[in-house]
Amino acid sequence: MKQEIRSTKFGRYGGQFVPEILMPALEELTEQYERYRDDPTFNKELDYYLRDFAGRPSPLYYARQLSREYGVKVYLKREDLVHGGAHKLNNTLGQALLTRYMGKKRIIAETGAGQHGTACAMAGAAFGIKTEIYMGAKDTQRQRMNVYRMELMGTKVIPVKSGSQTLKDAINEAMRDWATSVETTHYMMGSVVGPHPYPAMVRDFQSVIGKEVRTQIMEKEGQLPDSIVACTGGGSNAMGIFYPFIDDDVDLFAVEAGGSGMKTTEKEALHSASLCMGEEGVLHGMRTKVLQNKYGQILESSSIAAGLDYAGVGPELAYLADTGRIRPCSSMDSEALEAFHDLCRLEGIIPALESSHAVAYVKKAAESGELGDIVVINISGRGDKDLETVMGVRK
Amino acid sequence: MRIGDKFNELKRKNEGALIAYICAGDPTPDDTKRYVVSLIKGGADIIELGLPFSDPTADGPTIQAGIERALNGGMTPDVYFKTVGALRVNTPLVVMTYYNLIFKRGLETFVKDCASSGISGIIVPDLPAEESEELALLCSEYDIDLIFLVAPTTTGARMDRILSRGTGFIYLVARLGVTGARSDIASSTQELIKRVKTATPKAVGFGISNGKQAAEIIHAGADGVIVGSAFVDIIASGKDTEQRLEALARELKDGIRAVKEK
Repeated sequence: MKQEIRSTKFGRYGGQFVPEILMPALEELTEQYERYRDDPTFNKELDYYLRDFAGRPSPLYYARQLSREYGVKVYLKREDLVHGGAHKLNNTLGQALLTRYMGKKRIIAETGAGQHGTACAMAGAAFGIKTEIYMGAKDTQRQRMNVYRMELMGTKVIPVKSGSQTLKDAINEAMRDWATSVETTHYMMGSVVGPHPYPAMVRDFQSVIGKEVRTQIMEKEGQLPDSIVACTGGGSNAMGIFYPFIDDDVDLFAVEAGGSGMKTTEKEALHSASLCMGEEGVLHGMRTKVLQNKYGQILESSSIAAGLDYAGVGPELAYLADTGRIRPCSSMDSEALEAFHDLCRLEGIIPALESSHAVAYVKKAAESGELGDIVVINISGRGDKDLETVMGVRK
Repeated sequence: MRIGDKFNELKRKNEGALIAYICAGDPTPDDTKRYVVSLIKGGADIIELGLPFSDPTADGPTIQAGIERALNGGMTPDVYFKTVGALRVNTPLVVMTYYNLIFKRGLETFVKDCASSGISGIIVPDLPAEESEELALLCSEYDIDLIFLVAPTTTGARMDRILSRGTGFIYLVARLGVTGARSDIASSTQELIKRVKTATPKAVGFGISNGKQAAEIIHAGADGVIVGSAFVDIIASGKDTEQRLEALARELKDGIRAVKEK
């Protein structure tokens, strides 16, 4: 395990493609993370926060009605029940604790729709660390509730007015901040993306999901599942549930956002399926599969689920897809919506539109038998945040 | 013309270099051809031409806006090499771009295209020395300089690695961040210039916009000054662009010359 994190790569993917100004910060972070990741005191404290603050372990629930309807035995990993309503907090608690161990006084991050920013705000407040979130000015208007939520928890939300005033520009601005403040500040990455050590570190913090599933399914079934299905944007909930099963005979399905179709133009993709449709490239500090045009310009991706709407994907997922260990696939917007309603109606659970993509794939694939008899779906978050979107479609 | 030859020529004249950046294709490829001529007339010794990338994470808002204008104006790597190849100037040209555009074109094709369109150097702000081996080998094969950046945060071991790999000139990042008082420029930059111990020429960039600042940088021991945003600002305004580009280049170059003539 120690050996693994020292390499900055997963096969030929990953690495550290960042401006020189940030390299020393990444070196320091790598060193500090290696120091604490196996430290018993650090892990004991993290376990405490995961249990008493986040509410872990999250249940593994047998979805009886959904199983009958889909024709395969379905278990739901209930990350929607984690504090804040999504798996995001597993990672931000880990990184906030690391921030404290590193002796840094401030946390910064970027956020698009506001989910990661909210998880940062919760962890920042819980640990009493000053937290500042960069958010595109357009997004702060579209997501006023999330801005307010962050502010309630004492986080400062900084609207970014440059460029397209969205996530992309928020990332730029947060990076610029970090370059000037690295001695006192930790940059909190929200997914298994970016330069090393983030993909490995975020995966490790999210692996609590898969570790729990292993114990829970053994209790309920006395065997491992035949397959695990998770939605994949950057890929943190997928890596979190997959990683503890990587050496087992369990099929792992990474479901990407098929949007409104697998088509691209010079500037846009109608989907966000980087593993299925992307080509090798370098984006946001990592070598990975990227949605890009023939010149290497990055395409605007698209999905009904904001959390999957990303032109890149975690480098470890790109590597595992190439080696055949995981199976990339996709669900379209319309399929995800249908599955969203299935889960609401049949089980009384309102899932995030992101997670609904995973449910939709199970619905499609169950009949062919490729999923086997026992399937675990990662319900990575709850769908309260998506109700307006769903209502808009219904009209 | 090779970058090293230009620095040697300037050295004989006891003069620092003015390196001017603009984004190619901002706002159109034809404008770029005229702007390059204006910059050279004003006194620019080396021209850095940005090849625009959709996600320029290492650039500030000013240059980011220039990149967007260029992309909207239809700039692509194919158009870029055609535009640059058509420039008939006896001034070293350097391409500044992000790694994905090089990666996608194929490293060797990209370097070959540079060589055949008269480009003498490559700067890739998101390619640290650790990831650069393959590109560095190709650059030396095709006799193109690979220029690296060092920052005030660059530490001892990394500094050595960068200095051993960089050719043409070393790009010193003058200060952290995007804003700051001018006094900051002087102190942290002086220290960085002293810390970078190499026979390769040292050029300082980030946040320099007038002749007085340029003079200070040269006075602190740098061999050259890199100016980008101030030129891109003029292009953004769209008023008397050629005259003003030339005038600013002249002011900067006069500042630089004043130091060495003392």
